[in-house]
Amino acid sequence: MVPLNWYLMLSAAVFSIGVFGFLTRRNIIIMFMSVELMLNAVNISLVAFSHYLQDLRGQVLVFFIVTVAAAEAAIGLAIIIALFRNKATAHVDDMNEMKG
Amino acid sequence: METNSMGFPILSALIFLPVAGAVLLLLIPRSKEMLIKAVALSVSILAFIISLPLFSGFNKATHAMQFVERQAWIPTWNITYYLGLDGISILFVLLSTLITILSILISWESIKNKVKEFYISVLIMEGAMIGVFCALDFFLFYIFWEAMLIPMYLLIGVWGGPNRVYAAIKFFLYTLVGSVLMLVGIIVLYFHAGRTFDILDLATRTYPYQLQFWLFWAFFAAFAVKVPMFPVHTWLPDAHTEAPTAGSVILAAVLIKMGAYGFLRFSMPLFPEAARAMTPAMLTLSVIAIIYGAVICLAQTDLKRLIAYSSVSHMGFVTLGIFALNTQGMEGGILQMINHGIVTGALFLSVGVIYDRTHTRQIADYGGVASVMPVYASLFIVFTLASIGLPSTNGFIGEFLILLGGFTANQPAGVLAATGIIIGAGYMLWLYQRVFFMETNAKVTGLADVNMRELVTLLPMVILVFWIGIYPDTFLGFMHESVRHLIERVNTGGAPGATTIAKTVSEILQ
Amino acid sequence: MNYYLLIPFLPLAAFLINILFGKSLLKENAHWVAILAVAGSWVISVATLIDVMGGKTLNQDLYTWVSSGGFKASVGFLIDPLTAVMLIVVTTCSTLIHIYSTGYMHGDNGYYRFFSYLSLFTFCMLMLVMANNFMQLYFGWEGVGLCSYFLIGYYFNKKSASDAGKKAFIVNRFGDFGFGIGIFVIFLTFGTIYYEPVFSQAGAFATKTVNFLGYDVHLMTLIALLLFCGSIGKSAQMPLHVWLPDAMEGPTPVSALIHAATMVTAGVFLVARCSPIFSLSETALMVVALTGAITSLFAATIGLVQNDLKRIIAYSTVSQLGYMFLACGVGAYTAGIFHLYTHAFFKALLFLCAGSVMHAMSGELDIQKMGGLKKHMPITYWTMLIASLSIAGVPGLAGFFSKDEILWMAYSGPSPVGKLVWLSGTLVAFLTAFYSFRLIFLTFHGKFRGTHEQEHHLHESPKSMTIPLMLLCVGAVASGWVGIPALIGENLGIHNYIAEFMKPVLGHPEGHGTHGEEMMVMLVSVAVGFAGIGLAYFMYMMRPDLPGKLATQFSGAYKVLFNKYYVDELYSAIIVRPTIWIARNILIGVTDARIIEAIVNGVPSAIGGFSRQLRKVQTGFLHHYALIMAAGVLIVMGLMLMRSW
Repeated sequence: MVPLNWYLMLSAAVFSIGVFGFLTRRNIIIMFMSVELMLNAVNISLVAFSHYLQDLRGQVLVFFIVTVAAAEAAIGLAIIIALFRNKATAHVDDMNEMKG
Repeated sequence: METNSMGFPILSALIFLPVAGAVLLLLIPRSKEMLIKAVALSVSILAFIISLPLFSGFNKATHAMQFVERQAWIPTWNITYYLGLDGISILFVLLSTLITILSILISWESIKNKVKEFYISVLIMEGAMIGVFCALDFFLFYIFWEAMLIPMYLLIGVWGGPNRVYAAIKFFLYTLVGSVLMLVGIIVLYFHAGRTFDILDLATRTYPYQLQFWLFWAFFAAFAVKVPMFPVHTWLPDAHTEAPTAGSVILAAVLIKMGAYGFLRFSMPLFPEAARAMTPAMLTLSVIAIIYGAVICLAQTDLKRLIAYSSVSHMGFVTLGIFALNTQGMEGGILQMINHGIVTGALFLSVGVIYDRTHTRQIADYGGVASVMPVYASLFIVFTLASIGLPSTNGFIGEFLILLGGFTANQPAGVLAATGIIIGAGYMLWLYQRVFFMETNAKVTGLADVNMRELVTLLPMVILVFWIGIYPDTFLGFMHESVRHLIERVNTGGAPGATTIAKTVSEILQ
Repeated sequence: MNYYLLIPFLPLAAFLINILFGKSLLKENAHWVAILAVAGSWVISVATLIDVMGGKTLNQDLYTWVSSGGFKASVGFLIDPLTAVMLIVVTTCSTLIHIYSTGYMHGDNGYYRFFSYLSLFTFCMLMLVMANNFMQLYFGWEGVGLCSYFLIGYYFNKKSASDAGKKAFIVNRFGDFGFGIGIFVIFLTFGTIYYEPVFSQAGAFATKTVNFLGYDVHLMTLIALLLFCGSIGKSAQMPLHVWLPDAMEGPTPVSALIHAATMVTAGVFLVARCSPIFSLSETALMVVALTGAITSLFAATIGLVQNDLKRIIAYSTVSQLGYMFLACGVGAYTAGIFHLYTHAFFKALLFLCAGSVMHAMSGELDIQKMGGLKKHMPITYWTMLIASLSIAGVPGLAGFFSKDEILWMAYSGPSPVGKLVWLSGTLVAFLTAFYSFRLIFLTFHGKFRGTHEQEHHLHESPKSMTIPLMLLCVGAVASGWVGIPALIGENLGIHNYIAEFMKPVLGHPEGHGTHGEEMMVMLVSVAVGFAGIGLAYFMYMMRPDLPGKLATQFSGAYKVLFNKYYVDELYSAIIVRPTIWIARNILIGVTDARIIEAIVNGVPSAIGGFSRQLRKVQTGFLHHYALIMAAGVLIVMGLMLMRSW
């Protein structure tokens, strides 16, 4: 049996990589992948807890998240493509139209 | 559902008939301007006719609410659809229905763009105004109270003068800030009194003085802005000056009465102790408003601005009378509200008449109008004289009773307020002189005298001026009982037993 | 007895008919309605007088006008000897002046308007004198003020005329301010504003003091003085006299009716009507007497040097009104009313003669440009001469009896200032005689000093004007015969009818003096009258160069008098201009613009400014937002961890 802590540490590590990637990288695709990484880190935690607590609801939730994440990824990528077509760049520093 | 003695929901009809008329107007194609105007006019006349039975069917011998309609509305929060009239509010309903007709008539030719929307706004305005005077449930009241803002905001902001947007926003924000404080007060009251919005029920309870004090000022914020009392009056000149004639008329005749009406309907019966305690402050503000408004009129160069500031002065008389907390003052105050509605409404109508011809509001652009438009000049002098309170006009009765009441309550206040009458004569006669007398200004030569439509618009006001001036009992009779009841409530501090106890004590002593 | 109601309501009906149909239907015939109505009122007034002499009085409400709580006022009528006399004065003068106006105003394009105002005025004046409560009195009071405003400003295209109308109204408002508060105090004291209960209960309050604006004052003095404020305004006494001379901008019949015979005497009527109150306060009476004495002297001195025909007569009116107050102030209300009654005739006559002169001179008013008119307009000359003799107090004429009565009452009455005001009254009698005859001599005698064109046009006025002159002339001579003092009448078996008639209302103070003293007072007043006439004759007929020399020699005094003691200038400098300056520069410029509007506009703009700063946080860079988000998460986690420890 792999103890719960190991899963949680893996989850934390993957989440931190995601956060670090999101904050440091400027390429929008990579940032988007970092976001996905964070999402999946949470999924790992959820499955681990689900197994540990012998409660299937956690895994059901994960399925929902995966579904939503798929949809979100599709929309996100579509937005990115639209942006790229307009700006011919994937660098986020070039995108500051939302400045107040 | 509780229905009234007439077996017909007359108040609901009055409120929703204009709204239905507005909906009907929506359906008419915008190209048929004549039809739009005709429908608007007939709806307003119909509303006026419906309001007449109120006048004849009112029982003057009781202070109780009449023509009551009551229907559960949102039972979860104990909100009811509750309407009724008493001697204080009935005259305002009649005034509202009359003024709407005149506002539509005076706009007949002067409103040329967005005609449909204009009349829709006016009709919705009418419904909301009547609603405010009839509502006996705080929630319902607040809805009507805020609903009035929107059409008025549009009237000023869309059909107004060059600086209309500034004036409209100023009007809106000023009023809203006050109203929001009142809303907080209403909610506090709701919870304190055990979740009820019933105004009549709330007005029979006793509240701790601290609570009364804070709530009084919360409500004061809303009402003082509307009146407008010094120093929250500065929206009024801008709003009046920029508004189209109909807007100014409705504003002057009905809208600013809501403030004083609010004092009578809410502040006094709900918070009698606080009202009594705040009397000196209120009298001071009233006297300042009277003198301040009057003196400032002397320096105005704009016709509408002058009349707007004179409203500040006249409404100062109204609040003085109300807060004198005696019969003469209060009855005078209520009557003066009607009077001011008639006279200032009529003055704005008259200014509208000449503005349609010259398109200038500057007093300096006029002069000698009396030789060009004699009929107009004679109508205008009637309103001028009513405004300065000449005996046999309505202004005299109101001002006399107010000053008598004010003097009884507080001598210096009465004496100082009376100086407002001197200054009042000064600015109104000076205005009249500069516009109508002296050499004929080139800009007014050859103007046509009032036409039939304008005459019909102004004549009801002339009749009312003299009717109230010569036989005011028709109108005062409505309020005797309600005012007596209100004064009793205010003076006994909300403790129903207090008078009887005091009576017994004095009897024993004797 | 209800036919009395017709007295005021006939003119009201005439007013309504004329104002509604005058322009379209009646036009040049507008005067018929007005004259018939006022003549009808006159007939009924005479009938009323006869009834009242038979001992009848009436106190009847028509309907309740205002009622609120304990306050009640009605439209009601009181007819007693005082009212009856006033009715006769008002309707007689009004009728004659209506007739005169048909000639004077002939061809004016506001003919119907003029007559409707006259009718309205007559209505209001009658309501004033017939009132049985203070509220209706106030109605008439303001009503006549309004008509005065309309009629002074009748030629409204002239700036001076419309200015004068406005001034009259506003100055009167100052007086009415006190009057109104007086009514309030009466109501608070007596709980009613009807004459009858007020006057009958007044005695009970004779020694009571009240707190008024923080001062303890004698109640009756307070009420009397507040009411007197109204009188000061309406009757143009110092310091509110400034409007009356300017009021001469109105057509001359108006000056005769409103500003000489009737409206301006309303103040005297008020004091007489409220005599039960005034009599309870020695202070108030003293104030009334001194105000009257000072005003009469003051106005008479101004009258000495004016050159405007109508203004001289106007100052003479102010002066004579002062005389009436002087009489009331020494407790001789009957003498005051008697003088009011005789004055109405001779002063209306003087004005109408002046109007006749103006008519002939095509509107010229400067007496320095007249002279020698006697031969061109004999009727005007003789009637005006008689009026002047009457006002100068020549024995046998109306003015003599009333003036003598006043002086004797002042001299012999109980008033502490009696002797003083007698002295000033005698001096005024001298000045009056002088300026009246200065006017006569400069206008009618000597050589014509105007242009040739004017001289060519000189003519006697039409019959419609001269007949009223002659009728009024009868009044100026004979109206005094009802008040012949006992000193003269005793031996002839003639009573002082008016004093007896008025006694039930006004009382009759007994003079404490011997016959010898009374004779002395009478002779002195006659002597100063003749001296005044003589001096005028000397200065303007025998030595016409003298007035000019005196004017240069005493140029300082002359200037002050000529400029009417600079009272108008003073008011303008201390009241009118500062008020407008404050309105313009303080209230609009500072309070409204810099204080209230600064807050009103300042709060939104402060919020806007803050928002402008705040939005800089939104950089638009995605990683800034992410970093802040991450930092936020860390902080929240950190806080949670710290709490769990």
